[in-house]
Amino acid sequence: MSGEQTRKLIALAAIWAVLLLAPYWMVPLGGYTALGTRVLVLGLGAMSLNFLLGFTGVLSFGHAAYFGLGAYGAGLTLKYLALSTPLAMIAGILLGGICGSLLGLLIVRRRGVYFAMVTIAFGQVFYYIAFQWSSLTGGDDGLRGFSRQPLDFGLFKIDIVSNEKAFYFFVLFCFAIAVGIMGFILRSPFGRTMIAIRENERRSRFLGIPVERHIWIAFSLSCFFMASAGALYALVNNFADPRGLHYTQSGDFVIMAVMGGMRSFWGPLLGAAVFVTLQDYLSSVTVNWMSFLGLLFVLVVLFFPRGLLGFLQRSKA
Amino acid sequence: MTTLLLFNVTNGLIIGAFYVLMALGLSLILNLSNTINFAHGGFLVIGGYIAYAITPYVGFWGGLLLAPPLTAVIGLVVERLLIRPLYGRDPLYSLLLTFGLAFIIQDGTRFIFGAQGKPVTIPPFLAQPLSSELFFITGYRLFMVGMAVAAVALLFVLLRYTRLGIRIRAGTLDLETVASLGINVQMLRTLNFGVGIFLAGLSGVLAAGQLGLEPTMGDSLLLPSFIAIIVGGIGSLPGTLAGGLLIGVASGLTAVFLPAASEAVIYVLMAVVLLIRPRGLFGEEGMMT
Repeated sequence: MSGEQTRKLIALAAIWAVLLLAPYWMVPLGGYTALGTRVLVLGLGAMSLNFLLGFTGVLSFGHAAYFGLGAYGAGLTLKYLALSTPLAMIAGILLGGICGSLLGLLIVRRRGVYFAMVTIAFGQVFYYIAFQWSSLTGGDDGLRGFSRQPLDFGLFKIDIVSNEKAFYFFVLFCFAIAVGIMGFILRSPFGRTMIAIRENERRSRFLGIPVERHIWIAFSLSCFFMASAGALYALVNNFADPRGLHYTQSGDFVIMAVMGGMRSFWGPLLGAAVFVTLQDYLSSVTVNWMSFLGLLFVLVVLFFPRGLLGFLQRSKA
Repeated sequence: MTTLLLFNVTNGLIIGAFYVLMALGLSLILNLSNTINFAHGGFLVIGGYIAYAITPYVGFWGGLLLAPPLTAVIGLVVERLLIRPLYGRDPLYSLLLTFGLAFIIQDGTRFIFGAQGKPVTIPPFLAQPLSSELFFITGYRLFMVGMAVAAVALLFVLLRYTRLGIRIRAGTLDLETVASLGINVQMLRTLNFGVGIFLAGLSGVLAAGQLGLEPTMGDSLLLPSFIAIIVGGIGSLPGTLAGGLLIGVASGLTAVFLPAASEAVIYVLMAVVLLIRPRGLFGEEGMMT
């Protein structure tokens, strides 16, 4: 085994150890378990976006729509259809993923800023639907009146409703599955062609890669992952918020990915951890937290465009 | 029924005029700087609040005259300090930066002026309706539309006949060639940004007189302006003009028959246009893909 591989394995083991033990080290450090859960969920969202942004090189600025659809899908299922947490997850993932795949057909032929603008605009469609259709979605107040259910395995039940730690591990379990699939895809030949498209779209086309179709598949997959994060988010809050569909939420995901490091697999999770902690802290100490968050955007763009991980790797080399 | 129809079409045209002013500025900046200016709504708010702040000293007309250029100056400074370092990088970065800027501007105005809306007084003779039958056409509304038409006409004259305008148009088509002909492209981009922000400032002042001022007033105009650009076709200013009017009237008309859908209809319109003409109504093959 080469030195590079050993180092990667050690880093991977360290990341999972940190995540697995989070409920035990966070509380003494002044955090709380629910904060860790939120970092995981939003981190999964940022990683899903980065699947497209960092590894295919396509800028979507409307991904909150599929996050929010996942949340509403899960919430509506729990409220109206079935009292089952896994079913709610599946419904949310399908709703967000399928809507994303369909709109993706309209979007994927555009590039660059045009792609970004069209994704923003289409993302807002769902915001308006959630906002206007009050009888179903609760409108501006958001969708209330549902709650996550204990996991029922027939022989035994796991209480994830009131036991914060158990819920954290449930979220971590879902996170691990999603991230595992993501990593598997990126290592596959398909993942390699995604990176080829990012590096040089024209050359990929000359090599006979059906670029449009690959971008569409990457976009759709990314929407499915995003929807899974959204569904989890609805379970975290027992609430689905129309602002979760809004383009400002998309901006949050993009800044998490950029701040952590777009070119690395785990970067967005780090970005999410910093972002969520900072937001949590700022909104508790000042009413002008929006300004500070805006300032964070400006500073990251001007001084840390490669993100925290990119910055660390750079200074090491 | 006719009155109702006329009422909503007029409303649509007026809101369309705002979309056009906003979208033309956005479009100018997008074409030459490859930057989606998320802070455009913020600059509109700045324009409105500047007018509000100076009206006690210079009157309504002074505010109308001075606020847009002052907003443009702020725009020039922002471009020079924050956006210029990002040219040549992925458009993602300028997008994120203006996104953050929009937060700062919104929160900043709330901090300085308060979250409560501020009324702006307009000259009494403009506030009167023209006739009792057409109660919805006040002098001020006509005046707004007149100002918007004048600004758009002036912009197109500037682009058609002046040296700056010709360079801006040439830069939209092929910036490298323009640069190699010895034109200072950085300066061109800065001036162009200023023109775009001027239009945002103007819409801010005009909107303030009609709707009053709020720190979030730019938000509701930003997305429709994006859609106006997409529908009209990226890279085409006449397209943006047509797109803005089209979505304004479309949402106005929908308000007659199905009020709940008046906001949604512009998205449907966009989807249809993208299906039939992926480059937008006036977009041409090969421009700004």
